[in-house]
Amino acid sequence: MKKTGAQIFVESLKMEGVDTIFCYPGGATLNITDVLTDSDIHQVVVRHEQGAVHASDGYARASGRVGVSLVTSGPGATNTVTGIATAYMDSIPLVIFTCQVNTMLIGNDAFQEADIVGITRPCTKHSYLVRDGNDLAKIIKEAFYIARSGRPGPVLVDIPKDVTSNLYEFKYPEKVNIRSYQPTYVGHIGQIKRAMKEIASSRKPVLYTGGGIIASGASAELVKLAEALSIPVVNTLMGLGGFPGNHRLFLGMLGMHGTYAANMAITSSDLIIAIGARFDDRATGKVDEFAPHAKIIHVDIDPTSISKNIKVDIPIVGDSKNVLQKMIHLAEQDGGDFKDYRASIGEWLKETEQWRKDYPLTYVRNGTLKPQYVIERIYELTKGKAIITTEVGQNQMWTAQFFKFLKPRTFLSSGGLGTMGFGFPAAIGAQVAYPKSLVIDIAGDGSIQMNIQELGTAVQFKLPVKVVILNNGHLGMVRQWQELFYEKRYTWTCLECTPDFVKLADAYGAAGYVIEREDDVDVVLKEAFHNGMPTLIDVKVNPEESVYPMVPAGAPLREMLLV
Amino acid sequence: MRHIISVLVENEFGVLSRVAGLFSGRGFNIESLCVAESQDPTVSTMTIVTSGNDAIIEQVLKQLNKLINVIKVVDFKDLDYVSREMILVKVKAEERTREEILRMVEIFRGKIIDVSAKTYTLLITGDEEKLKAFLTLIKPLGIKELVRTGPIAIARGDKVIKVKEKHSEGGGEGNG
Repeated sequence: MKKTGAQIFVESLKMEGVDTIFCYPGGATLNITDVLTDSDIHQVVVRHEQGAVHASDGYARASGRVGVSLVTSGPGATNTVTGIATAYMDSIPLVIFTCQVNTMLIGNDAFQEADIVGITRPCTKHSYLVRDGNDLAKIIKEAFYIARSGRPGPVLVDIPKDVTSNLYEFKYPEKVNIRSYQPTYVGHIGQIKRAMKEIASSRKPVLYTGGGIIASGASAELVKLAEALSIPVVNTLMGLGGFPGNHRLFLGMLGMHGTYAANMAITSSDLIIAIGARFDDRATGKVDEFAPHAKIIHVDIDPTSISKNIKVDIPIVGDSKNVLQKMIHLAEQDGGDFKDYRASIGEWLKETEQWRKDYPLTYVRNGTLKPQYVIERIYELTKGKAIITTEVGQNQMWTAQFFKFLKPRTFLSSGGLGTMGFGFPAAIGAQVAYPKSLVIDIAGDGSIQMNIQELGTAVQFKLPVKVVILNNGHLGMVRQWQELFYEKRYTWTCLECTPDFVKLADAYGAAGYVIEREDDVDVVLKEAFHNGMPTLIDVKVNPEESVYPMVPAGAPLREMLLV
Repeated sequence: MRHIISVLVENEFGVLSRVAGLFSGRGFNIESLCVAESQDPTVSTMTIVTSGNDAIIEQVLKQLNKLINVIKVVDFKDLDYVSREMILVKVKAEERTREEILRMVEIFRGKIIDVSAKTYTLLITGDEEKLKAFLTLIKPLGIKELVRTGPIAIARGDKVIKVKEKHSEGGGEGNG
């Protein structure tokens, strides 16, 4: 029996095991929405299409499953672009369905027409325009496969409205066969053996790991290798949670706002073992002086990441988990190769420990309400058992510094693109994936206003997301740069008309609180975390506070401004 | 350093824009680009001439490979190859130069494919050096218009650049 394209769409999603879709309707989605409404797929209707994509992104980051969104043509589609670019930079598996005007109208500048495949080409892993409804099922199958395999990423599928109403034979393909797409999962054993030899002859090794550990589910293996050979670990922002933040071998985040110990370890190291990280400029500082004494081993599933920014001595293309398993195996087989290494590693650990002791992450307690204190209290009150999202800027960096992430997929943040407005909708997506978990967006007063409309979504779908607004009345990170590098000329960064967040929460039917003193922090947070409602907590923090340590842009990692 | 790169792609809608967009988006340089169907109608061959240092060319090759519709990428620098380019050139053909142009076309084994009272349109094929030599000689006579295909290339001898059929496995796996 033939089915409409809309029916095929819904059947195909079911075949892919999709349980949730983040969506916003429009003229071009009508045929699909009319079928979807009778399905078991949970439909979370947002307030802005950017929110839909960020929510599906938060869902994907928290759960490891593919995040799915559906929007209409034209402006519905163009509103997704920031969300797609965010996911692309952070390698998050998403499938974005945009509806398109009728096939016959494409190219005619029809009402609500946009060439969304063209617009998103540079920020998608792949994209499709469904030109023939007979291909719809195959395209959906491929889209999900491409999104989640290899280096994951967003895939966009543009479906003209007539394709959703016309009738086609439906048979969901059992297999994907893309001759031009063959991701390499298995690391080359010869290269891995070379890498292990290099480790054995190193004296100051550092594991530098990123989001690839989380994407590949390799956290347990990373801990095992680090412990087996007593290698200190530094994380990128995207890597946080991939290695327990309270582990004795963990030196913290590296880079512009990284810890003293992490940046000094990189600078002094004689061997960097990079796994699932891509040597982003915020992590490396001045490229020419990054790890000046070290050889570099780089494990990544994406060959283009290797030797892109930093010349690599031993490249290994493969899945982090697969490669780590082989490395662990070789380390355990140790036929005496690691004898000298083991004799000397204690010296190196002592050195890194000293850095950690001499310059821990800190801030000045002076009676004013400090944002770092609030984050430390959130960590203590939750015992680290929460899913934390952030916006972008100071709130993001303080969270990365002062919350100890113990498990993968508990820290969701826009690392690569640095998208303000990400954290709140992402928290909504994470809450949908884990309705019983405590999900907290640590925000700033600037960034929360970028997608504040999603309060409506949170209230409608009873998603008790907590938004802790570190309210300093400024776009704090840019203000900090102006303070340090632009003679304190605070152009544009003072937001003089910030809304009353408690009234705003109330207007939406959410809960709202204000915290103005240190003494109120625990009491209010405890109540807010247990009230079962979407909640805004307006924390009036010291507006002068800056993020330290800081490596000025373009400087080498060893040149840190400390508190 | 100049490189001739052969890219086998799925003969599908939109592939050219992905390749061209990759070059412009990442600041790589395209000197010429030539694309048409191969012996297999599902596969097109793109011949791209680009330049850059080793690190840039390494990225060009890797980034091309990363595109989902790209089946194979070959840098001819690593191969023994032959390449040819075709040019169409419209030159002034005055009474005193008509004979000379004819002679030169003959020497370079080209053809005159169109004639008017004042012009000849010439077709010449050859490698880069030959075309350069021809254009240097013909230039003083007055080139009115020049159109060139950019080079295409093929490996010498028995070596064949072809699609290797492999199968990705299906649904459930990956890291989803």
